[in-house]
Amino acid sequence: MFEFIIIMLVKIAVVFGALLLTVAYLTWLERKVIGDIQVRLGPMRVGYHGLLQPIADGLKLLFKEDIIPAEADRTVYLLAPLVAIIPALISFAVIPFGSQVKILGRTIDLYITDVNIGILFIFAVASLGVYGIVLAGWSSNNKYSLLGAMRSSAQMISYELSMGLSIVGVLMMAQSLSLVQIVKAQSVVWFILLQPVGFLIYLICAVAETNRAPFDLPEAETELVAGFHVEYSSMKFALFFLAEYANIVTVSALATTLFLGGWQGPLLPPVAWFLLKVFAFIFLFVWLRATLPRFRYDQLMGFGWKVLLPVSLANILVTGLIMAWR
Amino acid sequence: MELGLFIVLALVAMASAIAVIIQRNPVYSALYLILTFLSLAGLYLQLQAQFIAAIQVIVYAGAIMVLFLFVIMLLDLRKEEQRAVKGGYQLLIGLLLAAILLGELGLVFGGGVLKGVPGEFSPEKVSALGNTQVVGRLLFTDFLLPFELTSVILLVAIVGAIVLAKRRLD
Repeated sequence: MFEFIIIMLVKIAVVFGALLLTVAYLTWLERKVIGDIQVRLGPMRVGYHGLLQPIADGLKLLFKEDIIPAEADRTVYLLAPLVAIIPALISFAVIPFGSQVKILGRTIDLYITDVNIGILFIFAVASLGVYGIVLAGWSSNNKYSLLGAMRSSAQMISYELSMGLSIVGVLMMAQSLSLVQIVKAQSVVWFILLQPVGFLIYLICAVAETNRAPFDLPEAETELVAGFHVEYSSMKFALFFLAEYANIVTVSALATTLFLGGWQGPLLPPVAWFLLKVFAFIFLFVWLRATLPRFRYDQLMGFGWKVLLPVSLANILVTGLIMAWR
Repeated sequence: MELGLFIVLALVAMASAIAVIIQRNPVYSALYLILTFLSLAGLYLQLQAQFIAAIQVIVYAGAIMVLFLFVIMLLDLRKEEQRAVKGGYQLLIGLLLAAILLGELGLVFGGGVLKGVPGEFSPEKVSALGNTQVVGRLLFTDFLLPFELTSVILLVAIVGAIVLAKRRLD
């Protein structure tokens, strides 16, 4: 029992640390890649090629003045950043990032826990994440914040539906909701080849769910100044920032697990494959942001309900028919 | 430990349910309702019903309550908060109904009117067959008719909502 707890705590600490480090350097990666696409250098001053920039940014945010608007609803205002960050961090608990390793004669599974409803756990946790944004927008008592929160709740509900349906095909083929089993089911062929439509829908919805460009309407600088977090400053703003980037890592890891065979791959060690695939997705996210202009609000809603939802339903139907025929 | 967890979850569920009614601010009421749903999901987990727990969080806490908040945020809350609670006959009828409900509950649970008969699916059997698999199989075999009827009713509700909203727009 004692040994089990120690192993668990070490695993959680390692995953948590790696996740936070990835999130911090994601900001550096994003600025570098976007700089490159726009033929600029990006951060160069702090450390070699700006490598210490995330640390400098973090310190700067920490020492900023923490402002609470006079007309804000204090309790909810303080609660909102926490509600945003916690779901973003705990969904990693069920994602398998490697097979087994032997350390000091013990076999250790490279996942924190394998629950039989793993994928539902992630969706349940992710569906709570929207409250962070909604509550932040409402409690700030600012019309731009409220508009951002409104847009966000409508957008996330609409795209959550298609996202949930897009992975049903994968679940039908894997015959399991456990992420460990889903990875095992892809040992011969990755699900991206068997479920290309599902993958595409998942990808689009993942971008929308993380409020990233071209679906970044909840913050839309040009029309809402910054949307739901316009009144937040200092560490509270940093928590929203962290939550957004942690969500990017989570949806990338989930896409890797569901469609790209998880940690499986030839030659390289499993963890390396996992990281490689996750970072490929993260790069795609940054690339999208630098390339595509923002949707208009009615286009966003029309696309979600009139295109993505019917296509994902048709995908389930076709998958079911083919599986029944065979 | 299991009993302790149950007591904590049950207390949180009841306290937040009471807070839903007592709170004057509708947004706070909605937040407490979410807390109630989450602690209910915890109780389902203790019953080894992981699938139901996850669905509880996804559907109720994650989707329906977001829409509730969406609507509440559009209201003018200051007016709502100032509205005084009407006393008199409303309070009287409420108390009377509550007393009747309490009496019924006491009769059912205390008087032994309903005797619980353990069904076919014990926690051990469910975890052996797979939680989600058991729910799915039962829904599409024994409970197929109620399941399909429910979906038709929901479809009617959706069509009805769209018809009503459209008429107001035109």
